[in-house]
Amino acid sequence: LAPWVPVVGLEIHAQISSNSKLFSGSQVQFAAPPNSLVSFFDASVPGTLPVLNRRCVEAAVMTGLALNCSINKKSLFDRKHYFYADLPAGYQITQQRVPIAVNGSLSYSLCIDNKMSQMVTKTVRIKQIQLEQDSGKSLHDDTRSQTLVDLNRAGVGLMEVVMEPDLCCGEEAAAAVRELQLILQTLGSSQAVMAEGQLRVDANVSVHHPGETYGVRTEVKNINSIRFLARAVDYEIQRQIEELENGGTILNETRAFDSKLGCTVPMRDKEGKQDYRFMPEPNLPPLILYDEKSLPANMNHQQVVNIDCIRERLPDLPSVKRAKLVERYGILPEHSFTLLNEDGLAEFFENVVKQTQMKPKKVIGWILKDLLSYLKQHSLTVKESPVSSLLLADLLNLLETKEISSPAAKQVLVELWKGEGKTPLEIVKEKKLELIEDQKELEEICQAVIDGQENEVIMVVLG
Amino acid sequence: AAVKGALRFQVSAALKEGRVSPTELCQRCLSLIKSTKFLNAYITVVEEIALKQAEESEKRYRRGMPLGALDGIPIAVKDNFNTAGIETTCASNMLKGYISPYNATVVQKLLDQGAVLLGKTNLDEFAMGSGSTDGVFGPVRNPWSYSRQYKEKSVKKSHSEDEESNWVITGGSSGGSAAAVSSFTCFAALGSDTGGSTRNPAAHCGVVGLKPTYGLISRHGLIPLVNSMDVPGILTRCVDDAAVMLGSLAGHDPKDSTTIQDNFKPFELPSLTDVSKLSIGIPKEYHAPGLSSEILALWSKAADLFKNAGAKVIEVSLPHTRYSIVCYHVLCTAEVASNMARFDGLEYGHRSDMNKSTESMYAATRREGFNDVVRGRILSGNYFLLKQNYENYFVKAQKVRRLIADDFVKVFRSGVDILLTPTTLSDAVPYTEFIKEDNRTRSTQDDILTQAANMAGLPAINVPTALSERGLPLGLQFIGRAFQEKQLLTVAKWFEKQVKFPMIQLEEVKRHNCGVFQHQKSASFS
Repeated sequence: LAPWVPVVGLEIHAQISSNSKLFSGSQVQFAAPPNSLVSFFDASVPGTLPVLNRRCVEAAVMTGLALNCSINKKSLFDRKHYFYADLPAGYQITQQRVPIAVNGSLSYSLCIDNKMSQMVTKTVRIKQIQLEQDSGKSLHDDTRSQTLVDLNRAGVGLMEVVMEPDLCCGEEAAAAVRELQLILQTLGSSQAVMAEGQLRVDANVSVHHPGETYGVRTEVKNINSIRFLARAVDYEIQRQIEELENGGTILNETRAFDSKLGCTVPMRDKEGKQDYRFMPEPNLPPLILYDEKSLPANMNHQQVVNIDCIRERLPDLPSVKRAKLVERYGILPEHSFTLLNEDGLAEFFENVVKQTQMKPKKVIGWILKDLLSYLKQHSLTVKESPVSSLLLADLLNLLETKEISSPAAKQVLVELWKGEGKTPLEIVKEKKLELIEDQKELEEICQAVIDGQENEVIMVVLG
Repeated sequence: AAVKGALRFQVSAALKEGRVSPTELCQRCLSLIKSTKFLNAYITVVEEIALKQAEESEKRYRRGMPLGALDGIPIAVKDNFNTAGIETTCASNMLKGYISPYNATVVQKLLDQGAVLLGKTNLDEFAMGSGSTDGVFGPVRNPWSYSRQYKEKSVKKSHSEDEESNWVITGGSSGGSAAAVSSFTCFAALGSDTGGSTRNPAAHCGVVGLKPTYGLISRHGLIPLVNSMDVPGILTRCVDDAAVMLGSLAGHDPKDSTTIQDNFKPFELPSLTDVSKLSIGIPKEYHAPGLSSEILALWSKAADLFKNAGAKVIEVSLPHTRYSIVCYHVLCTAEVASNMARFDGLEYGHRSDMNKSTESMYAATRREGFNDVVRGRILSGNYFLLKQNYENYFVKAQKVRRLIADDFVKVFRSGVDILLTPTTLSDAVPYTEFIKEDNRTRSTQDDILTQAANMAGLPAINVPTALSERGLPLGLQFIGRAFQEKQLLTVAKWFEKQVKFPMIQLEEVKRHNCGVFQHQKSASFS
């Protein structure tokens, strides 16, 4: 059978981390009482007009710069029309003609063959980043045949990041999104927590034979975690391949990922192709951004977004942070990935290193194997760790000064997990785990052991 | 705050001097509104609120601390402006019972100056129309239908025929506001102007109708028809009053991103005596098909007036004028389709009882809420916005719009200061005749002289000029350079002084006329 080439393109919506919404002054807050954060504009009360939120523009510029995009000094706003209960105005304000940033790239890393020791760097091209409004939420209450509408989210600022279809499987998709998530969190432009709907991913999937034109693509929605993203993409690729190999066809449709069943199903409510009747948003003039060169001398700084200023203030991106960790501490690249992958872990590691004589290359083992696996087993975040960096550092110091052995240290750690407030030294004393240095004492212990195991001794002597 | 050397107006002066009190003024207007109810100019009259505001104003005058020239002045507002706590219907079933939760910026500004809000005036539904005949509250009648001037000139076909069937339209869509000002029930009114909706009824009702430059006055709170062309319009009985209103309303509004940032300074209107430095342009394309010979003659006479006074009067060309109506239809309907999308019955306004599904509720609500005119424009607009049509219609129309705007730029750049044109094709027609043609046809015909100024975003003003053979008002229009309202109004004021347009002779007004209007030629607040 001829091989199949899967093609995966992602559209990611990241909720902008800002105090107020994209075009109105109402607050942005997760899980507030329904319809408590709705301004007249958000509810599409007639006669209200959009006013652009400066912070949202800055967030988009930051993100664009971090993703190596060209920032469009002039971008435009458009209306995208469709009727839905959670879209009060009957249109969404977005940037369809000229978005704020274009032509960027995102580098991410994958492990080859599931071995952490072999990482390869890949790149996915970013087509564009556009600013747009989020919709409200509608909950369908089938028992009472009604739809409940909550407009708290209506009008919250989103950055839509559109990737070129450079990905080929679930693993790549997951890795790329994970890296994007880290970047957004580092920038602070979005908190990007998928569980809170701050990061939403739609996957466009198609398959074709090498050399032939791209196949019909489906859009997969309703993906609620990075893990599900990988599964949804892989499932859909498989489904399409099987369908085509059985002589079937792929419909250009939207499918939802069902996480319980682990498969994609056609979505109801979505009827084929919609004509969104795009039209320029007449109430918003073109968005003009400046840099040092183009900034007019007498401009009111409150009214200006300066790309160069934003570039200067960009924090170290994850890739830079990782490189610095590797360089400063001599750890392996794959170690740096794991450190950054867990919220707070890199900081924890650095704190331990600061407080111990043990070499970072050795500390890392304790962090990644002992600490991390315990946290994972008990579903704890680094912040929730009962063992603080100070405690671990104390423990590692005992090990470094050879007061205890490595196995003993592990035993102490087990005790520390209980979080009873004892210091490592106290536990060592309690459990009598001190290393014995005295030669005579050691001989006595060995002799006692030998004396107690006559048969084994004979076997050993006989070879 | 009172500006030093600002215009002081006769009624304002009377108020200040205590010759009349704000409450008296308010009561008189409210009473006159009742007597002229047959005009159907008002949809909502807020008697209690108005009297309360008048009382507050009175307190301020007694303390010698009026807020400004508008303090205590009764005004009316077209019913497509949001007024907090007061029903705002846009003359549509869709918004019957909709109580605005906020004030439009222009309304707030007027209230902040102490103006007394009498009520909301009638219009064509959602401001779509040129007759003020297509709203759910019925048509507005032109006060001049009941004037001595008109009655004297009208030929009665039979004895049984009376004013009831002979009344003429106000023009539209701000007909209620124009009628309110014309019949003295208020001293100034807010209208809106998208294709001529303030100037057209101003011409037919014999009042001053000012369309300001786009971006000068905030649209926040004005329920939009065409966002890229709408402006709040000002209707008054004389040019000086319009200048005062403009001074109170113009300026940047952070809530409206299409208002200009530059500071606006209210100006004093000079009394021009020397027009020899002026260059008046007469655009030949405004000699439009259907232009009545009366108006043509009047236009010519006006041009001569300027010429004889020493101004330079030259013929100019705005070659793309004839495309403006078609262009307007595409752009207007497209924006309408978009702006009306929010009316789905969910958040406010009319909601149908149909509840089988969200879609069916939307469809029924919109069918029940909108009249044919609105629905027709929505359907057209959606057609033009379809992906396959967008380039050929919408984008094309945008390009034509640019050409129309450039026509004006070229003419103004060539040294012309002001353009002089007719405002309407004829005087007001009887209602029975007007409704023989549909809304779309009428709009197409009537907008031709006013529409292009909206395309180009330029300021324009109707000045009542003379009475027609039928005893009805005829007005002429001045179009100025962007943001040069001062020059525009200065010229308009000079012209107004020359033509001395007669005061309407209405029975009802005479009956209520005591003291306040006595010594005034044009019964304005100036």
